[in-house]
Amino acid sequence: MKVNFRGMEWEGVARLGAGILLLVFGLLLAAGLCSASTPGENPVPNIFEPHSTPADSIFHLSLFVLTITGLIFLVVFILLVYAIVKFRARAGDSPHEPPQVYGSTQIELAWTVIPILIVVVLFLATTRVLHAIQDAPKPANVVEVIAIGHQFWWEFRYPALGIVTANELHIPVSDPANPTPTYLKLLSADTDHSFWVPQLAGKTDLIPNRVNTMWMDPRRTGIFLGQCAQYCGTQHAKMLLQVKVDSREDFEAWANAQKQPAKQDESVSAGRHVFETTACINCHAVTGTAATGRFGPDLTHMMSRSTIASGAAENTPENLGMWIQDPEMIKPGSLMPAMKLSDTDQDALVRYLETLR
Amino acid sequence: MSSDAMAIRAAEAAGRPWVETLHDWITTVDHKRLGILYILLAMLFLLIGGLEAIVIRIQLMRPHYDFVSPQVFNRMFTMHGTTMIFFVIMPVMFGFANYLVPLMIGARDMAFPRLNAFSFWLTAFGGLLLYFSFLGGSGLYGAGNAPDVGWWAYAPLTSRAFSPGHSADYWTISVLVSGFGSIGTATNIIATVISMRCPGMTLGRMPLMGWMTLVMSGLVLITISPLSAAQIMLLVDRYLGGHFFDTQAGGSAALWMHFFWIFGHPEVYILVIPAFAFASEIIPVFSRKPIFGYPVMVAATVGIGFISMSVWAHHMFTIGMTSAANTFFVLTTMAISVPTGIKIFNWLGTMWGGKLQFKTPMLFCIAFLFQFLVAGLTGIMLGAAPFNWQLNGSYFVIAHFHYVIVGAILFCIFGAVYFWYPKITGRMLNESLGKLHFWLFVIGFHMTFDLMHIPGILGMPRRIYTFEPGRGWEIWNMLVTIGTFIQAIAILLFLANLLISYFKGPRAGNDPWDAWTLEWSVNSPPPAYNFAVIPTVESRRPLWDRKHPEDPDSRYE
Amino acid sequence: MSAISTPIAQTPGAWKLPYRSKVGMACLIIAESAIFTIFVVAYLYYAGKSLTGPTPREVLDPPIFYTICLLSSSLTIHFASRFLERGGRGAFLGFWFLTIFLGGLFLFGTGREWHRLIYEHGLTISTNLFGTTYYSLVGLHAFHVTVGLIMLSIVFLFGLAGRVGSEQSARVEVLSMYWHFVDAVWVVVFTVVYILGR
Repeated sequence: MKVNFRGMEWEGVARLGAGILLLVFGLLLAAGLCSASTPGENPVPNIFEPHSTPADSIFHLSLFVLTITGLIFLVVFILLVYAIVKFRARAGDSPHEPPQVYGSTQIELAWTVIPILIVVVLFLATTRVLHAIQDAPKPANVVEVIAIGHQFWWEFRYPALGIVTANELHIPVSDPANPTPTYLKLLSADTDHSFWVPQLAGKTDLIPNRVNTMWMDPRRTGIFLGQCAQYCGTQHAKMLLQVKVDSREDFEAWANAQKQPAKQDESVSAGRHVFETTACINCHAVTGTAATGRFGPDLTHMMSRSTIASGAAENTPENLGMWIQDPEMIKPGSLMPAMKLSDTDQDALVRYLETLR
Repeated sequence: MSSDAMAIRAAEAAGRPWVETLHDWITTVDHKRLGILYILLAMLFLLIGGLEAIVIRIQLMRPHYDFVSPQVFNRMFTMHGTTMIFFVIMPVMFGFANYLVPLMIGARDMAFPRLNAFSFWLTAFGGLLLYFSFLGGSGLYGAGNAPDVGWWAYAPLTSRAFSPGHSADYWTISVLVSGFGSIGTATNIIATVISMRCPGMTLGRMPLMGWMTLVMSGLVLITISPLSAAQIMLLVDRYLGGHFFDTQAGGSAALWMHFFWIFGHPEVYILVIPAFAFASEIIPVFSRKPIFGYPVMVAATVGIGFISMSVWAHHMFTIGMTSAANTFFVLTTMAISVPTGIKIFNWLGTMWGGKLQFKTPMLFCIAFLFQFLVAGLTGIMLGAAPFNWQLNGSYFVIAHFHYVIVGAILFCIFGAVYFWYPKITGRMLNESLGKLHFWLFVIGFHMTFDLMHIPGILGMPRRIYTFEPGRGWEIWNMLVTIGTFIQAIAILLFLANLLISYFKGPRAGNDPWDAWTLEWSVNSPPPAYNFAVIPTVESRRPLWDRKHPEDPDSRYE
Repeated sequence: MSAISTPIAQTPGAWKLPYRSKVGMACLIIAESAIFTIFVVAYLYYAGKSLTGPTPREVLDPPIFYTICLLSSSLTIHFASRFLERGGRGAFLGFWFLTIFLGGLFLFGTGREWHRLIYEHGLTISTNLFGTTYYSLVGLHAFHVTVGLIMLSIVFLFGLAGRVGSEQSARVEVLSMYWHFVDAVWVVVFTVVYILGR
């Protein structure tokens, strides 16, 4: 390609530049995709690092699709580059126009039939995985969870266990020999949301007035990250998800603790009094007290969660105080109102909430 | 027209008061002037939409950055999408169609000149109304602000309950109004192409641009209407207490999605088919060969038009449709890649065995071929539904569709501007500046949109005003943002070229590229009446026949 | 390259393309059909899904008479068109007026039905899904009838002023295409609302 700028021939430079760019891009791409993670920590929600059957099936399908599309790309890319180099107009060419070719039925047929065959292959491979995931028969030992999307937090209910919690989902690891997958029923209390934890499954939407289902069977313990993947309003970005995959024993222990009503601790009765006599109980619930609000997260065991405001802040007393005083500081546009309590009331309240383990 | 006549015309123009010139342009019904107005409107909104993109990218340069508030960010991505689709790409395509189609088919104007003007002003008004939403902000008694519901405006986010104020109404009404303008122009194009071709120009002898704008206009008629219908339903919900999308009353959020995407998917073909048209006119000229397989190109375009009506729910693979429904849409989505691929091969076939001239229009079309290939392949990835369950709603999808809209469509638009600017203004654009624009834009484009696939693969969803640190997304977002600035510089160079060349560019003459379709047989710029005598044609390349009377195309078609 | 002159012989009369106004009206009809299709789909999708309120079976009464009026108006406009083509201005005006009258009667019937539904049965656009989809679909059609009647009336006034003759018959034909479309839509709406939807 001749690039004439200020009379200089930049052709060689342009080619070299393009080559370097390609190399750098390729290296960056490889580096980005091969991020190793320490066992137990999964900070990068990489779709190519699956730890559950649905995510795994998708990963293998994606390798197949990428291989085929990669081959198509190579073939056409090479043909294009060849054409550009071979057929460019050169200085010494004859002044006549090249042969005026109008078409060729055989060639058209060839490059119609071959793509059709490729499409058939891709379609069959895709359909197989689609059915395997969507129509998978439900085994006997499942953990049933109902996930309800809210603006801008996640409600999780375990009907068989009698548990209601929020934002951080605990599920047991699933042994391939004796699978105990988790089946999620997805509902929404307001607008559309989407449950996406890339390493465990593809995303499925939560749509009001509609019941969706999905399942996952994590084969490794650890914490897997995700977040809402369907724009649901101002704080869509902070509707974060943590899925904590526990061993069977840890999960039983967690479930038993969650089933208990809130601890009654006399030393924080002042704070509990503030909680029960302010608007808190309109939205929040704490089992064992008068609070049965459902608009906001259940707080019975809120200290068992590592974050507040659906992942927007670490669960520390300072953040808790800030959240109650003025949620706009942490999550502007969230539906939690600023409670505007006096300093003493707020301190007492925070101390009370800190006992809800 | 001789240079004397042009000098006389210029002298006359110089003597007129500017208000008269302005009045002429505002009241014009001439397809050429309306075409230019459409293109200028599109360029204005391109700058504004581009600024919105820059705000988005600066905010996402770093995790937990607070360059803008979440409310402002959400308005930015909504306005960016709405502006680019409805007030940049569609107007620019209608503009080129308006300018070129009558000239290419040997007509004096479009079928309905006054409808033409009306349609343009509807679109312009729609754009004005959309941006008025910024002013109709919280200050005016809480009348609302710019829409922040995303350019798809999913229900029930757009219901009164979740979008109080009038921001959602600005989106609805401005797009509805400009939609009527689009239907008007589409009607005009179809009537022009069917009823106003010059003698001898059968449909089979029409430039491919004629066919492609015909198919695009047919799609507009059938698919803008569903969007208009859905928007009317939304207005009924918001103002008359209706329940079309009211989930509390048994309404369905998914119904809006179906209606929107029945519009939304063919819409992207409405955007890309005219880009195909530009490539189909430019590549042959700079390969010095006719387009390879004209009948197949026509059939493929018509095929794409039909199949595009059946793929819409591939935007909805994650909403929980049955596996049977998902399977159907996988099939149709993969099927549409066949005619699309055929077209890429035909352009390649046009270049094969030719004498390629790498002038700026051709550079943009060659880059289009590479980039459209990649975009199509990531589209196939997205069409594999289970893979889609990971990739949808993430930055991978944003990378894919920007690869199509910027990498394919905008590149073809740039090519078209460099190609037809001489015809429209009578002056050549500067080649060196053009090549600089091209290379800078290629670098910036690839930096942004190649790398943007990666955060998607690493789990970054779209439409988030900030992202969490420690998920491996930081470096990619930073590099993506840098690429945006490089593209911005390239576009500024482009605008400078347009402006400087208008006054100082060398005179173009009728046919600077030695091309073969009818628009190159008239002066640059063409006279108001286009042709002194309506031509009669005997082949697809009437000017080839005239320049090569010993070997006319008519012998071979 | 410099300008090339085009001394190619014209062959007038041999090159005949469709009348552009007919093509334009056909395009409008296609676009409008798409809009109506979406409203029909919404109506059918929501049939039987209302959570409360009156159901179609309880309150709907098929407007047979007014339907016959509207469909007959297609016949009268057809005759009007034919007469105009042959230059029969008087007959044209007569049938044209009859068309307007029948169309107006149809609108009157729609108004009567809506009055009954609102005041006797309490069904409004905001009552339930049935109310929303019913008034929207029938209302959209009635709106198109109204616009059609306005256009027909304008032509009628021009006709009274003696300005509509056989030279205008092609244009009048285009307008009657629109009117036939409005009637065809009513056939669909009637079937969907009063037959299928109950």
